[in-house]
Amino acid sequence: MSLFPFFKNNTFARGVHPDANKSTAGSPIRRMPFASRMILPLVQHIGKPAVPLVRAGEEVVRGQPIAKADGFLSVPIHAPADGVIDSIELKPSARGPWVESIVLRVYEGSTQEVGWSHPRDIDAMEPQEILQAIQDSGMVGLGGAAFPSHAKLAVPEGTKIHTLVVNGCECEPYLTCDHRLMLEYPEDLMTGIRLAMKSVGAKRAIIGVEDNKMDAVAAIQAAIEKLGPADGGITVQAVPTKYPQGAEKMLVKSLLGVEVPAGGLPMHIGVVVNNVGTLALLGSLLPEGKGMTERVVTVTGPGIRKPGDYWVPLGTPMRTVLKWAGAQDASEQEIILGGPMMGQAVASLDVPVTKGVSGILVFDKLRVESDRKIWPCIKCGECVKVCPMGLNPSMLGMLAGRREYEEMGAHYHLGDCFECGCCTYVCPSHIPLVQQFRVAKGILRGKAT
Amino acid sequence: MDTIVGVAMAGGFMAILGGALAWLLSFANKRLYVYEDPRIGEVEEMLPKSNCGACGTAGCRNFAEQVVAGQILPAKCTVNSPDMNAYIAGFLGVAMGEVEKQVARLACAGGSHVAKMRASYKGLNTCRAAATVSGGGKACAWGCLGLADCEVSCEFDAIVMDQYGLPVVDADKCTACGDCVEVCPKDLFSLQPVSHKLWVACKSRADGDISEAQCAVACTACGKCVMDAAPGLIRLDNNLAVVDYALNPLASPVAIERCPTGAIVWLEGKQPLSGREAKKIIRKAALPVDANVV
Repeated sequence: MSLFPFFKNNTFARGVHPDANKSTAGSPIRRMPFASRMILPLVQHIGKPAVPLVRAGEEVVRGQPIAKADGFLSVPIHAPADGVIDSIELKPSARGPWVESIVLRVYEGSTQEVGWSHPRDIDAMEPQEILQAIQDSGMVGLGGAAFPSHAKLAVPEGTKIHTLVVNGCECEPYLTCDHRLMLEYPEDLMTGIRLAMKSVGAKRAIIGVEDNKMDAVAAIQAAIEKLGPADGGITVQAVPTKYPQGAEKMLVKSLLGVEVPAGGLPMHIGVVVNNVGTLALLGSLLPEGKGMTERVVTVTGPGIRKPGDYWVPLGTPMRTVLKWAGAQDASEQEIILGGPMMGQAVASLDVPVTKGVSGILVFDKLRVESDRKIWPCIKCGECVKVCPMGLNPSMLGMLAGRREYEEMGAHYHLGDCFECGCCTYVCPSHIPLVQQFRVAKGILRGKAT
Repeated sequence: MDTIVGVAMAGGFMAILGGALAWLLSFANKRLYVYEDPRIGEVEEMLPKSNCGACGTAGCRNFAEQVVAGQILPAKCTVNSPDMNAYIAGFLGVAMGEVEKQVARLACAGGSHVAKMRASYKGLNTCRAAATVSGGGKACAWGCLGLADCEVSCEFDAIVMDQYGLPVVDADKCTACGDCVEVCPKDLFSLQPVSHKLWVACKSRADGDISEAQCAVACTACGKCVMDAAPGLIRLDNNLAVVDYALNPLASPVAIERCPTGAIVWLEGKQPLSGREAKKIIRKAALPVDANVV
């Protein structure tokens, strides 16, 4: 116990406070109907592409695996609706290059019923079986990175995990999908947490929720109390609202007061971090033995007439989602997948919703036409003041401008940057710092191989 | 008296110290001397000293060392004039060697007047940065972004962007150093011997109908060039015509004649020649941005 509890630092250093704009937090999650054609890229996760199990012309039922995992760092893909496989061909992806995708023509009148599952007793499962079941469900981290969940929960031999940190911060502005999941599915979340704790061998779990979502804290508290003595050390803790509170390393610092070493993973200090959305969905899929066929996506922004959180079947083209949510004319909008701070702008409306898409933000004419001229760096140091990793974005940016990429990696810790976007957010010269860092990282990766 | 002794001692000490260091230097000069062929320096003087790396060595100095050692022939330096290379060969008394001139070639002809845009890109004005944002705004995911990273990277001013935002390589100035090949985020440049005159200026792997809708000069993989060319010279690989340059002596302009889009060209003279049946491109202005391009 500290002598001066007032000075106890219960959050990470630096960071920013962008406007929350979480207008969709108050309304329940709605369901989006099936599109007539679904596009399912074989790579929706980090790792090796899945291997198709179906051929063109084959009929599939909702929930049936249509592609299998290729090795450990890979996950299968399940049919999001009843239909017939149209083709397996190149289709546009959010990242830009066209990727091999399974195109599914959905039968008219296809129902929400999942036709493929094998219920089982999760309490009797061994940790290894749980990991296998998670891989079979095709689950990836739903926060945006889309890293296969089973790989994240697989603890290497000799590493002891004492705490499971459950990330319910949702610090990105606009996004409310995790908030709604915590409110509406706290029981599933508890099941998911207990499964994850069992598989990593953690004795306690801490759910970190930003203090602008006290209703979610209350809902989770109620669910924990309902579990009673079997709660297994699950607690919920409110953390200050600050961006990027939901970054793995930041949240570990806020909740446990320890820093993850540079270049290391939380695993190295005995902590595993998982997103609430991932664990809630895991908790609902695993007991039924089902595969991931849909996810909650926040569709919002000034360009959307019916903003809200939707259960969107995976593979639904962006065009269909925007039409359903009432978007304006496509020629005058900016569409971002994910949150406004870390999300990706997309150039094509034919890009499908994949496992890693947490939000679809549509900005209207006003933002598109705002001309943000890039001025030279005035060395004000604002970016240094906000960088949560304690880097020097100004220096990194100047090095990137001079194309001294090796220097950035060797002496300015470019590898520790997780592209949260705080530096770009505060830069008075509108320098797209994070974009420069992405380019630099890409070049350094290319040189390393 | 004390002053004189003091000055003498100081002076004497400095003289001894100077003598000792001078001896050390002369000793080091003799004992640590490394013989270096004086011709290396002279050959280096005859090289362009651009350190471009086109010859495959670390730089001009390294090239000079290897030429003198007989590990590489002078003609490998494609930046130097042939006369100068012949002079180096004569100077060293070695064969000049035979190296075919290579140039950088762009596998895209989709300028702003023929290739559609699906979104407009705002941000850092380089191709590599644009490629990180959903691959840039071009409808064709394989096409040239036209933000001139190659022009900036070229140290020989051999690449100039034309009015449609496509890089044009000046074959005379190009030394095949490979800087543009490395910098292009879409991997559109490759180094080709000048004798490779049959050239597919497209990289789109999309279905023929889609690629034609995206770009008026795309390869639609119709297969006419495959039928017209010598057997085996051209094949279709994932919706794209691919020339097998092992059979290059069989290549002739016949292959390009029936190409409907002019994606396959014959490179002779200043302008690439497209076939008789290639549709004429009259448009000069850039196409507008259209979010509904397939």
